[in-house]
Amino acid sequence: MMRNSLVYYLHTSVMNDLISTMFNKKFLEELFKPQELYSKKALRTVYDRLAHASIMRLNPASMDKLFDLMTMAFKYQVLLCPRPKDILLITFNHLDAIKNFVRDSPDIMNQVDETFRHIIEVYGCLPAGEFQLIRQTLLLFFQDMHIRVSIFLKDKVQNSNGRFVLPISGPVPWGTKVPGLIRMFNNKGEEVKRMEFKHGGQYVRAESEGSFELSGDRVLTLGTNMYSASRPVETRVSGALKNSSLNTKDNIAARTLAKEELNFLARLMGGMEIKKTSGPEPGFRLNLFTTDEEEEHAALTRPEELSYQVINIQAAQDQQRNEELTRIMGEFEIHDQPQQSTSKGDDLLAMMDEL
Amino acid sequence: MTFLLSTESSLGSHFGTSRTSAPDRSMYRRERPVPMRSCPAALYNNLSVLPLPAPGLTQFALVHGPTAQLLSAAPDGLPVSQRQLHTKDGAGPGFPLITQAYWCVLPFRVLLVLTSQRGIQIYESDGSVMVYWHALDSTDASPVQALFARGIAASGHYICVGTWSGRVLVFDVPAKGPNIVLSEELDVHQAPITDIAAEPAQGQDCVADVVTADDSGLLCVWKSGPEFKLLTRISGFGTPCPSVQLWQGSVAAGYGDGQIRIYEASSGALHVQINAHARGICALDLAPEAGKLLSGAEDSFVHIWKLSRNPHSGCIEVEHCHAECVTDTQVCGARFCDLRGSSFAVTGYDLAEILRYSCV
Repeated sequence: MMRNSLVYYLHTSVMNDLISTMFNKKFLEELFKPQELYSKKALRTVYDRLAHASIMRLNPASMDKLFDLMTMAFKYQVLLCPRPKDILLITFNHLDAIKNFVRDSPDIMNQVDETFRHIIEVYGCLPAGEFQLIRQTLLLFFQDMHIRVSIFLKDKVQNSNGRFVLPISGPVPWGTKVPGLIRMFNNKGEEVKRMEFKHGGQYVRAESEGSFELSGDRVLTLGTNMYSASRPVETRVSGALKNSSLNTKDNIAARTLAKEELNFLARLMGGMEIKKTSGPEPGFRLNLFTTDEEEEHAALTRPEELSYQVINIQAAQDQQRNEELTRIMGEFEIHDQPQQSTSKGDDLLAMMDEL
Repeated sequence: MTFLLSTESSLGSHFGTSRTSAPDRSMYRRERPVPMRSCPAALYNNLSVLPLPAPGLTQFALVHGPTAQLLSAAPDGLPVSQRQLHTKDGAGPGFPLITQAYWCVLPFRVLLVLTSQRGIQIYESDGSVMVYWHALDSTDASPVQALFARGIAASGHYICVGTWSGRVLVFDVPAKGPNIVLSEELDVHQAPITDIAAEPAQGQDCVADVVTADDSGLLCVWKSGPEFKLLTRISGFGTPCPSVQLWQGSVAAGYGDGQIRIYEASSGALHVQINAHARGICALDLAPEAGKLLSGAEDSFVHIWKLSRNPHSGCIEVEHCHAECVTDTQVCGARFCDLRGSSFAVTGYDLAEILRYSCV
């Protein structure tokens, strides 16, 4: 029973730390500024930083795998998004799930709710054309990524070539009519002929539109927890790279970060509060592979094209930039302790060490 | 994988004058695809086709993101030549993206036009030499605006290009040489331009010969010339119109809600409404000699329609000819490869090849 409550505590502690870091006001302020699409390298760096916002640790191989999983899952959601505006519903599904994780911490709940309101304010009234532009831009990020994910392969949501299955049945998006009808009119606007045609799919009408309010039935399942039942987390990167997607110029471009992007990253990370522990870290390490050896092997055999080369900001070459970044990093010191039973946790873990 | 349909007259007569469409008279079979090194970007109208003088050789152009690729292939699918074009690095952060590549066939020359987040690049048709560069004007833009050019068409010796603000730029192109001149700026649209089309039958006495479309679904019909004249406006009521075609005085428009609507160009009267696709349409093309219309959408389907004018009413009518399911692919480009529409090519997001089909 002691072990169970410890697991529960660790789980809650990690969740609370991650979520409160992600929804930190300063961090979000930066995120909401209009900006260009991140490169994979930049996003991976932010992700890395975020994942270390709690006592949980991951080795590079597990981190890569987690990032792959997240990327492919999000690609799936954006790709299958029925109409461009539904990208907002997917985001709301994400936020609903996050709120559920922190339902026992009212302060963090508040942070998430604030973000929710901000999203509704900024995006709620965007026209369809703009949503499609956002979606098309996001799809640029996922282009040429075909990592196979076990759970998707098992559920027949992804093919063995890494492409997603696009169903040609089910409800049409809200606002779209079921294909199959041709109506013809005369110059007075009167219908004069009506014809049906066989379009090839098995579509039905959409029953209802999802809710765009702070809470409500989103109707859309894209963006809900795909791991709600216990599922395997394997991903396969080999074999997906036979036709190497990037030519030399693109590769070089992908490897260097534009100066603007580096500066932007620095500001973004300046908004993140990272837990700093003095002395030996009491945290625990999450391994997404079956054994430590497997994890090590994965790190060594990861294909070149999928190497994200996470930047160590502190190792940046430019002296002036380095100073600026060091200053920002210094702002990572936590000013107010979160209202958690952190000390209790430390005591608990210290107790474990003594056993 | 080809998908041959059988027709069933199961619909009965409860619609009164309805009937199911005629049996699939145009049967298309899949030909050897043209392989590519990477997948196309999820853009509208992401394929342009230019048949070449050499028999059987076809040239394709499509956009990957910051680069555009030109490929020429023989009927057996084997690529004969390949060239990559990049965005001209103008001012601004990041890696500028190309939004569209399109061959403009003018009376005395063929030019390749690329639109991007920086401006408009015009090349000789094989992409070997850039003959003209026009940078986008950012003075009216707020700092949060995404700038880009998109929508390309040729009408007579004019090339029309659309922009993010809704402005359409009209360039006057000489018979040869680089002295391309910005002749006019059309400021009617208020939303980003999506597509522009010109009447293919140039010899005929057409009043309406250019149509422009935007993200709000608005269509504007024009008479081209030294001063373009706006003839008609057709509202889309907020649904984007990604793709548009013009044929013998009829405007065919594909919408983000999967519908195709056909209007009389001079009056704006709606003649045909087709519930054509289950997702947004991304591409429309026309085979002018046969009056065939090709539509491709994110629902993974490509449909071919036959347009005709009813001799009594003078109204446009449509018949469905063929449906093709491009399995697990969101179509982003579709073009006929010849004027009669006996062959067509398709591109899709996540698809690293250009699919080709031809009539049996």
